[in-house]
Amino acid sequence: MISRMIQLSEYAVTVEFGDTIDLPTNELVLTFTGAVDQAGIPGLVEVVPTYRSATVYFDARLTDAITVMKDLRALTATTTSAPSRPPITHTIPVWYGGSAGPDLADVARQAGLTPLEAGALHASVTYRVFMLGFSPGFPYLGPVPARIATPRLPTPRRQVAAGSVGIAGTQTGIYPQASPGGWRIIGRTPVLLFSLHRPKPFLLAPGDQVRFVPIEEEVFKELSGDQA
Amino acid sequence: MPTKPSTIHVLHPGLFTTVQDLGRCGYQRFGVSVSGAMDAWALTVGNRLLGNPDGAAGLEITLQGPELLFEQALPIAITGADLSPTSNGLAIPMWTVVGMQAGSRLQFGMRRQGARAYLTVGGGITGPMILGSLSTHVRSGLGGLSGRAVKKWDQFSVGPVIRTAARSIGRSLPEPSRPRYVTSPVVRVMLGSQTAYFTDEAIRQLTVSPYRVTTESDRMGYRLEGAELPHRASADIVSEAVCAGSLQVPSNRQPILLMADCQPTGGYAKLATMISADRSLAAQLAPGDSLSFRMVSAQKASELLRSNRAELDRLLPPRGS
Repeated sequence: MISRMIQLSEYAVTVEFGDTIDLPTNELVLTFTGAVDQAGIPGLVEVVPTYRSATVYFDARLTDAITVMKDLRALTATTTSAPSRPPITHTIPVWYGGSAGPDLADVARQAGLTPLEAGALHASVTYRVFMLGFSPGFPYLGPVPARIATPRLPTPRRQVAAGSVGIAGTQTGIYPQASPGGWRIIGRTPVLLFSLHRPKPFLLAPGDQVRFVPIEEEVFKELSGDQA
Repeated sequence: MPTKPSTIHVLHPGLFTTVQDLGRCGYQRFGVSVSGAMDAWALTVGNRLLGNPDGAAGLEITLQGPELLFEQALPIAITGADLSPTSNGLAIPMWTVVGMQAGSRLQFGMRRQGARAYLTVGGGITGPMILGSLSTHVRSGLGGLSGRAVKKWDQFSVGPVIRTAARSIGRSLPEPSRPRYVTSPVVRVMLGSQTAYFTDEAIRQLTVSPYRVTTESDRMGYRLEGAELPHRASADIVSEAVCAGSLQVPSNRQPILLMADCQPTGGYAKLATMISADRSLAAQLAPGDSLSFRMVSAQKASELLRSNRAELDRLLPPRGS
């Protein structure tokens, strides 16, 4: 189960399982990533799984692309889309709308919903963590219910608050830190997705599941206070 | 035998000075950038001259250098860009181990060559390791001094200097082996993951036209300006891994050359990858400089990287060998 293998650089090979965002492709990527993690390939540095491919970084002083590609080809032959483990589900409280979600009203209007309904719809499904990227701990989640799937802002914001929950097409995500960003911001969570002050700095991992639970502003403030 | 730890005080921060080592590996799957020295070769040379491990942290100094005060005597080496370093009025030779006296100052002046100088010190700069590295990634606020560039009155602690480091004073990289950083280098590229997304004209154009480094260029990447590189259809791909050297082309058809601080993943089609052996040349460019591209095979790129490293090992064997 493999579409192609490409050399990204002298020290990195990308194994591509497809070119779309879908569950079976991502399952293949993560199963393969787990297999590479376990395989003990000489010179391996790290594996970066994304929606539809896994990039394998190696130390070019210890091995070379041809050798690594041979090992990877053998691993892909045995990669199936069976999930490697039952997914961990995280419950993440979100304060939808208000000053926490400046774009919720627009998202709701385009969907013909009230802001409250749009928030409830966003929180009505269980999302998959397809990958992490952009910044430390930023999860790419999906798929968003079609009705509220809204494209990115035409011009990104200079500053998005830490914990902001955004929509970009059928993807939804959470900004772990304050940063510039172009996703439509519909709410904010008090949960820290990335913290160096705990044994596991990253809350989420690819393959996990996320459920959002709407909370009121007061609860958000209370929970935020707890972490201060 | 270790001597007592030493402190360096920042009297003036310079334009953009950061702590860098060889980068933060192993956390890209969590969205953490590798970062590390833009010109890893220059940092490594400094460390080898001093007898440090290759990955000891140093200061990356951009275009306008800082002014530093050395509390104790310390062997140092300045590599990479020649930004006219001086100490108490005397010129400091590049690519050479120099003994700084207790209470002496290090200053920089005019840009003579290159854009990024590296200050390496005997024992290396120490500090809290964040996810296995001291490298500063300003955008995510990780590493170095609280994840930011150096400020006035900052202090650096230096690791224990092994006695051999003091004996390394005067050691230098032989003149003919020193890189000549030019403001319009030719760098080599290998074809990229999404070459099929581009027209034949784009591939031809890339290797015949020079590209200017615009002011929208930093440690994350250089936005380049030059002949358009047209896509066959879309410029967007489903996000996947990118690396330092990736040449992405968004829908405006102007390439972005990703550098040390690039994000682990990106959603623009990649036309090519700059080869690792030429990364130093690109790292030494500043806005207004330009570069041209030549195509080589992936196999040739690997050979060049290998010979590049073998040459360094021959000139300056790594510590412990």
